[in-house]
Amino acid sequence: MSIKKEISSPVPGVFYRRPSPEEDLYCNEGDTVKAGDTIGLVEVMKNFYEIKAEDDGVVETFNVKTDELVDAGQAVAILTLK
Amino acid sequence: MAYFKRVLIANRGEIARRIIKTCKKLGIETVAVYSDADKEAPFVKEADQAVNIGPPQAKDSYLRVDKIIQAAKETESDAIHPGYGFLSENPAFAKKCRDEQITFIGPSSEVIELMGDKIQARKKMEEAGVPIVPGWNGKLESVEHAVSVATELGYPLMLKASAGGGGIGMELVNDEAGLRKVFPSVAKKAESFFGNSTLFLEKWIEDPRHIEVQVVCDHHGNAVHLYERECSIQRRNQKIVEEAPSPSLTEDLRQKLCETAIQGARNIQYKNVGTMEFIFDGDQNFYFLEMNTRLQVEHPVTEEITGLDLVELQLKIAANEVLDLTQEDIKIKGHAIEKRLYAEDPVTFFPSPGKLEKLYFPSENVRLDFAVEEGNLVTPFYDPMIGKIITFGNDRKEAIAKMNDVLLKSEVQGIKTNLPLLKEIVHNEQFKAGKYTTKFIENHLQVKN
Repeated sequence: MSIKKEISSPVPGVFYRRPSPEEDLYCNEGDTVKAGDTIGLVEVMKNFYEIKAEDDGVVETFNVKTDELVDAGQAVAILTLK
Repeated sequence: MAYFKRVLIANRGEIARRIIKTCKKLGIETVAVYSDADKEAPFVKEADQAVNIGPPQAKDSYLRVDKIIQAAKETESDAIHPGYGFLSENPAFAKKCRDEQITFIGPSSEVIELMGDKIQARKKMEEAGVPIVPGWNGKLESVEHAVSVATELGYPLMLKASAGGGGIGMELVNDEAGLRKVFPSVAKKAESFFGNSTLFLEKWIEDPRHIEVQVVCDHHGNAVHLYERECSIQRRNQKIVEEAPSPSLTEDLRQKLCETAIQGARNIQYKNVGTMEFIFDGDQNFYFLEMNTRLQVEHPVTEEITGLDLVELQLKIAANEVLDLTQEDIKIKGHAIEKRLYAEDPVTFFPSPGKLEKLYFPSENVRLDFAVEEGNLVTPFYDPMIGKIITFGNDRKEAIAKMNDVLLKSEVQGIKTNLPLLKEIVHNEQFKAGKYTTKFIENHLQVKN
């Protein structure tokens, strides 16, 4: 059985899936990521916080869309561990 | 007679409260506009009327020209005060106000546009005899063009966005390889931040000081300065501490600087209160950096040393009244210091939104311009600055002593703030001696939590 783990944002703010509007998505659902890879960005008070995967795995699903608000501790994506 | 019947404030936080205060004093009604995130904010309660303009994100509320104009019409406001930030330096907004016959409390949209274009601003200032940072006033057409200009000027240089400002969209380049490397990314950043990829080059001034001059100009040819503000203590190119007058100017240099600022403002037929920012090198040479065509965050230190109300002056000028002030009337009455309280980690400077469980500042011997009150939520959507602490003394030593006293008695709980950093600055010998540059924070401080 595969183990699923939440990737959550430690800060509240606005969630983005790209580094800037013109750039590509950090990753797609179904992509394999390594621990330390950035999967999203949270804008908080004009600063940006990178959300990183803490483990190697496959990004199962994103719970939050670009431009949506997140609370501190809220899961933004689900990772299936390798 | 009041200058206006009803003023809409297209801003939030401490500056909205500050504007309401002067309007109340003058018998002018106020209209606040607020996003969903600011429903419970003090400025919303303090205004005579309040209009919700949408979701929390600034792009959906405080930056929406259409919603703000609509709110002004619905409330029959005859003027709009833009505060600072948001739409305050947006020429399209100023123009829209004019088209709708609502007075924009600021300069004309043409002047905002002119000073917002840093290349044009440099040209205008040079024309007026104002020294500008040595550099290239033209548009850099390509990387190759930039390299040839840079070779002529000599490194190190600052590569800057013409539509930029406030420390955003610039990069230090030390050599040709560095310039080639950063040129595309700075151009791209300039395009995405400011909608304009035009870049220019300026000589890099090492370890500088930032000193700015407050100018006040009416529609009848009167122009005065309210002296300077020293703003060198910054973190990430943003100011933390400001004081007036600057501890590092001689009387002669002060006069020369302030007169130069007036000369520049007159040359563009500036009308409103405005700030001419200068950069000083180690040999006391000063150069024009940019002009802020609005009320400045740090305006309280100028108010404290001159006894003038800058918001009142803005209203008066916008109402086309004659400025009944001569330069001789304006005297420096003492020394003022302002410290900005940020909701952020004092070491990493990372923001810290959350609930203000406790917010205590003594009320004697201090002016507090705060966005929030105890129990309020500091939301993640806007600037982390939550308040300004201002002290005034007959001299600098007294202003510092009062600041020290206020900070020692202050307490903030629930979120992280830079209060420990502010306390440390007051005790720093370099600060006390008034000998500091923009490198102050990185060179001299080690904050302990």
